[in-house]
Amino acid sequence: MSTEFQGFELIKQGAEGRLFRGSYLGKPTIVKERFRKTYRHPDLDDYLTKERMKAEARAIVRSKAAGVRTPSIFLVDFERRRIYMEDIKPSITVKKFITDSLLGCSGEDALGKIKPVALEVGSIVGKLHAHNIIHGDLTTSNMLYSISEDGQITVTLIDFGLSHVENSAEDKGVDLYVLERALLSTHANADKLFPIIMQSYKKANNKDSKTVLDKFEDVRARGRKRTMVG
Amino acid sequence: MVIAIGFEGSANKLGIGIVKDGVVLSNCRRTYITPPGEGFLPRETAQHHRENALVVLQEALDEAKVKPEEIDVVCYTKGPGMGAPLVSTSVVALTVAQLWNKPVIGVNHCIGHIEMGRLITGANNPTVLYVSGGNTQVIAYSRRRYRIFGETIDIAVGNCLDRFARVLKLSNDPSPGYNIEQLAKKGKKLLKMPYVVKGMDVSFSGILSFMEERSQGLLGSGEYTPEDLCFSLQETIFAMLIETTERAMAHCESSEVLIVGGVGCNLRLQEMMGIMCKERNAKLFATDERFCIDNGAMIAQAGIEMFNHGWKTPWEETTCTQRYRTDDVEVIWRD
Repeated sequence: MSTEFQGFELIKQGAEGRLFRGSYLGKPTIVKERFRKTYRHPDLDDYLTKERMKAEARAIVRSKAAGVRTPSIFLVDFERRRIYMEDIKPSITVKKFITDSLLGCSGEDALGKIKPVALEVGSIVGKLHAHNIIHGDLTTSNMLYSISEDGQITVTLIDFGLSHVENSAEDKGVDLYVLERALLSTHANADKLFPIIMQSYKKANNKDSKTVLDKFEDVRARGRKRTMVG
Repeated sequence: MVIAIGFEGSANKLGIGIVKDGVVLSNCRRTYITPPGEGFLPRETAQHHRENALVVLQEALDEAKVKPEEIDVVCYTKGPGMGAPLVSTSVVALTVAQLWNKPVIGVNHCIGHIEMGRLITGANNPTVLYVSGGNTQVIAYSRRRYRIFGETIDIAVGNCLDRFARVLKLSNDPSPGYNIEQLAKKGKKLLKMPYVVKGMDVSFSGILSFMEERSQGLLGSGEYTPEDLCFSLQETIFAMLIETTERAMAHCESSEVLIVGGVGCNLRLQEMMGIMCKERNAKLFATDERFCIDNGAMIAQAGIEMFNHGWKTPWEETTCTQRYRTDDVEVIWRD
């Protein structure tokens, strides 16, 4: 298991693998190495790793076509289980942005600051779903916030390893459910954030937002029913 | 110094335990075991609890060498769980509380598991994987609640295992999950089956249907043995649990894991979690069947935490509820 390679520096061990920062063909680059997870059966590990690398590469290309900002892919190396992609900088995760905004700020002020970002999040998720891309792991850790000198906010979506292409309202509903739950568990003001996100989601995905939202309610109800037995 | 007695009966275990300031004095239990191929139903389970309650209560008092007048608070499982068994157990708790003139605390079953795990292992602020017959949740503490980061979107992992055991007609003694674990040790050939992870959530119903539909054929053709199927099922669903736990850890930047709930005493699950933790320099905390599986001491322990912070359940609110989410409880005893 290699932890370092020429010119690259380990920055983080995420859930999917290790992240390295460096330069590839002169461009600032992040390398995501899905190292072998020895807790799971080798066959299962090979299969999942390959599927997820494919899913990630595919969804990133598709998302770009759908007008969603994602890191560009430079190289997919199945042999070494690495994906080389654009280093989005300067940026912080949306999770950190929301947490920082809430610090030393009254609820109203913070919400005003967060609102444009929440609208952007809703809009990109809406665009994904309008193009039948299911992200599969929508959390604020998987969204990067950056702001240009003229104040233009960009939200970049990352971590497409669990994504797939599917036209079903059920899958889109589950995607939204995952997002809602991640918000509720992570952020103190999530109950106010989610409606803002949904507001711009509906605009960006007006084609089937009605059926998706119905399904979303179904999935939520299933979640609640499931707590029957301790 | 607080002495608490806890009554647990939310599923097929009846447990009564006594805890004194973090020391478990007694933890007695009876399990309602059904014939192979059958699950437990509410009415019969409640009957089992009614028939055994007084014997187990006497046993718990004797073993702890505690007299009723020394007890400070009576705790019982308010929910979640099956209605009839919950009520039949709480009636006993409420009756002795009246007889002995003691305050009562209704405890959330899931919180009981978490607090017991923290007490026994000494884990400080862990990401919790709570896996049992009725629940599958990835939990972390923040802002005075145990927040649910991931959970099953359909059936619980233990339910999936129990129902698969019924397909193979495995014994329910001591538990279907235990018998699957023993067979899985001898399995070798991995069957490819659905692997369903959605962010930090998991789903097991598709896997169960897949196994229910194909098991007979796969066994009949001699392609797979029952051992192989148990092995394959465990390897797949446990990998899903470890993966979502790891994702929650990365999201919360946590470096401790605690496994609780009945499925948590599966050694293969503990082993896999241990490897994952080692790879990310985290620490694993787990307990054995005495405390993983539903028991009375865990209800007493959670009750003590609440009692020490001035909580008492008003008499008119000493009810039971089948649905009671982990994040419904305000965790007044932690910062």
